[in-house]
Amino acid sequence: MKLTATINGVRRTLEVAPRALLIDALRDAGYTSVKRGCETGDCGACTVLVDGVPLASCVVFAGQVEGRVLTTVEGLGTPDRPHPLMEAMVDAGAVQCGFCTPGMILSAKALLDENPDPTAADVKDALDGHLCRCTGYVKQIEAVLDAAARLRTRAAAGGGAR
Amino acid sequence: MSDPRPFRTVGTSPRKVDALGMAAGAAAYVDDVAISGMLHAKFLWSPHAHARITRIDASRARALPGVVCVLTHHDVPRILHTTAGQGYPEPSPYDTLMLDSKVRYVGDRVAAVAAETRAIAEEALGLIDVEYEVLPPVLDMERAMDPGAPVIHDEPDARAVIPVPYEPQRNLAGHVDMQIGDPEKAFAAAPVQVDVTCHTHYGQHTPIEPHVTICWLDADNRLIIRTSTQVPFHVRRIVAQSCDIPVRRIRVIKPRIGGGFGVKQEVLEDLVAMLALKTGRPVKHEYTRAEEFVSSRTRHPSRVRVRLGLEADGKPVAIDLDVLTNTGAYGSHALTVACNCGSKTLPLYPCPNVGFRADSVYTNLPVGGAYRGYGATQAAFPMEVAMDIAAERLGVDPVELRRKIHIREGQGSDVFRALGEGKAGVVQKIGSCKLDECLDRGAVAIGWSEKRGRDRHSPKLVKLGVGMCALMQGSSIPEIDMGAASLKMNDDGSFNLLVGATDLGTGSDTVLAQIAAEALGVSLDHVIVYSSDTDLTPFDVGAYASSTTYLSGEAVRKAAVIVRGQVLQVAAEILGLPPGDVDQLRTEAGEVIAPDARRVTFAQVALRSLYDADQHQIASFASHISHASPPPFAAHFAEVEVDTETGFCRVVKYVAAVDCGTAINPKLAEGQTEGAVLNGISYALTEELLFDQAGRCRNPSFGHYKIFSTRDLPEMVTIHVPSYEPTGPYGAKSVSEISINGPLPAIANAIYDAIGVRLFQPPFTPERILAALKGVAPPSQPPSLKNGSR
Repeated sequence: MKLTATINGVRRTLEVAPRALLIDALRDAGYTSVKRGCETGDCGACTVLVDGVPLASCVVFAGQVEGRVLTTVEGLGTPDRPHPLMEAMVDAGAVQCGFCTPGMILSAKALLDENPDPTAADVKDALDGHLCRCTGYVKQIEAVLDAAARLRTRAAAGGGAR
Repeated sequence: MSDPRPFRTVGTSPRKVDALGMAAGAAAYVDDVAISGMLHAKFLWSPHAHARITRIDASRARALPGVVCVLTHHDVPRILHTTAGQGYPEPSPYDTLMLDSKVRYVGDRVAAVAAETRAIAEEALGLIDVEYEVLPPVLDMERAMDPGAPVIHDEPDARAVIPVPYEPQRNLAGHVDMQIGDPEKAFAAAPVQVDVTCHTHYGQHTPIEPHVTICWLDADNRLIIRTSTQVPFHVRRIVAQSCDIPVRRIRVIKPRIGGGFGVKQEVLEDLVAMLALKTGRPVKHEYTRAEEFVSSRTRHPSRVRVRLGLEADGKPVAIDLDVLTNTGAYGSHALTVACNCGSKTLPLYPCPNVGFRADSVYTNLPVGGAYRGYGATQAAFPMEVAMDIAAERLGVDPVELRRKIHIREGQGSDVFRALGEGKAGVVQKIGSCKLDECLDRGAVAIGWSEKRGRDRHSPKLVKLGVGMCALMQGSSIPEIDMGAASLKMNDDGSFNLLVGATDLGTGSDTVLAQIAAEALGVSLDHVIVYSSDTDLTPFDVGAYASSTTYLSGEAVRKAAVIVRGQVLQVAAEILGLPPGDVDQLRTEAGEVIAPDARRVTFAQVALRSLYDADQHQIASFASHISHASPPPFAAHFAEVEVDTETGFCRVVKYVAAVDCGTAINPKLAEGQTEGAVLNGISYALTEELLFDQAGRCRNPSFGHYKIFSTRDLPEMVTIHVPSYEPTGPYGAKSVSEISINGPLPAIANAIYDAIGVRLFQPPFTPERILAALKGVAPPSQPPSLKNGSR
């Protein structure tokens, strides 16, 4: 069957098996930032934004997102033009193995789109369920607060948040 | 090595070299590449804890369209080996076959399928007809060596390959003992005696990326293994052994990997490799999360008894450690984890009379393996609880007791000499120890003197308490581990640094690049790191035993010193200086600077050496082994809140003060400490693999095996107390493992401070805390078997 959706700003039509999970449809289409960690919706590594809302793509059928707007980390930035969340994660030392990082960045993005000036508790709530075994989360929380400050500065300077 | 401080790159926290790509979702991990024609592998796992396969027929599975290959024990070589990714000859017994006619735990391998899709491979598993003769299992480690207990490894050729005790006929997978002085005599005379027995439970590493491997044959018919491993060179050697092909036919590539924590020190690639060899097609195998929990590796459960005999002033006169560990169905790391129960705890408190005995036994449960902490986790718990009890009996503050009796710089320990990994140890003296400062600063950070004992006798229902512990670990396995590095110079004055060392997310590529940059006198962006490719990089034992920064880092430093000498030689030619004046040149920020302030850039040196005069490749190789394993030290402090009505324990604040020598990259070192602490807290409070009475794991999912997430996070304080380890690169020793050992004893001691009740069996769940408060026996080991589903 065919799945048509807007992925990272581009309208795409993918050929997918009728019972394909969204994680497999996206990874097969080259969006390898969507990581497989559990296939039960528990670890957060496969998170994508569906119409701006974080969703575990391992427990969603591809067919369920027909016509929706999907965002993966590839859509936020590149190493040449990184999103402030990516830079903040790197600068904080929050990226160890990096396997959980794309999912966390997307949930953080959803948070900052709603709440540009979150507290540490807000960040903890937003990242909860993104399992990380390397870091102890301290530096991710710092990073999201730092990214929020960077985005506010940029917005104040007229750059506009992405 | 003379003290080269102040540093230029070492001691700073530049960006981790691979982090931006990973944050941007680069296709960097094993499974992020697609190889055309790739098959998908699935394994059939044993439903029985202990059984013989009396008949196995894969003909229906082979007939399923899309199935390309099915392997059973009839189809693969019968070569006993160990899956423990250790140096050769391995201290773990050869007791494992690629596929066997006997299964030894629920989750053991029975067969393997390679098919065009994962769905077809899964369907084919159900078409493999297997008949089992079910055997009585051994599910309680305490009964494993009972006379008449079922023999788990009754194959006649299971064997140890180094001269160590190994008695599979009584389920003994490993044994070690040693004695210094006369502990029993000293106990009898000791005015203060403490006797504590603690248990530790089954835990799993849960790297967020499960084990994943892709194998294929290249154009020259060589086997390429792209895999999530901590030990690429051991993978090459052990896969060659178990597939019965030459080492030279294998290339192992470790790309970015999604965490390891020891579980990827296990060589599980053999069956995927065999599928690729049999089919000639690329084959991918990825563990599901449930398979990762059950069929990869776990932390060896243990029962450890500590006896302390102390003088009235607190000085230890006798310490005795009696250890039993459960290695599960195979003896992976059985002996060496048991050894480390002693070698990573006993030297902390110098004592003239020391006894140590450890048995590691087979059971029909999941397999133990290397797990961050590696025996120190199991033994530091009872040791530090015993010290807490001793302090109370002596009427001294637990911090002051440790301060009084811990090992100091310049001191040795007979335990270092007596106890190695599968053989005698190495004589060493402590070259750096800032444990006193760790104790001081940690106590201040937690508010020790204000908070200690504040709620013990209060009528409050929710009580606060603080507890602490002292810790040591090691840095590499002395005179066994080897790391090597090579450097070569490029046109623009940059360098390729090739290391066998394995970055599993720890940041070791960055740390090693910083060491090279420091020694060369270039900026970090002039060092291009490539690691862990057995065709291209020099050898390294891999990422384990807290070795990479200390051991591989020194190899990198040596290689860089050699290359720097070559650079200076060419620079001297450019400057027209006699060769004898080379010593007067210095390097800084990619330039060679003469005493008269004339400068030559590294790029000029490179261009001359490659294209202009006396052309040659500026390059070096260096290797390093260590004759010491300098311990990092730490003092950990926990503040807990215990609800006496529900038994719920929450960690409010946790302080880890760590002496890791020079932190090459302080931010990455902090990340190591924070990650280890949180893993330890979650192991102490919630994580536990549970089994039913048939030996089946009841909770192999993140939904039922709780690892901490952001909302569970206590206030975390990390203090790195600098010291200078004279044998390490730029004063560094290890940091990665030590801090996982603290939470069990620190939290147990804090719970005692809060509610006056001691817990000896983690995880410290509400049920166990309530049982302890009510004075009834808490669920004992293995608790899971007592409340099994059948």
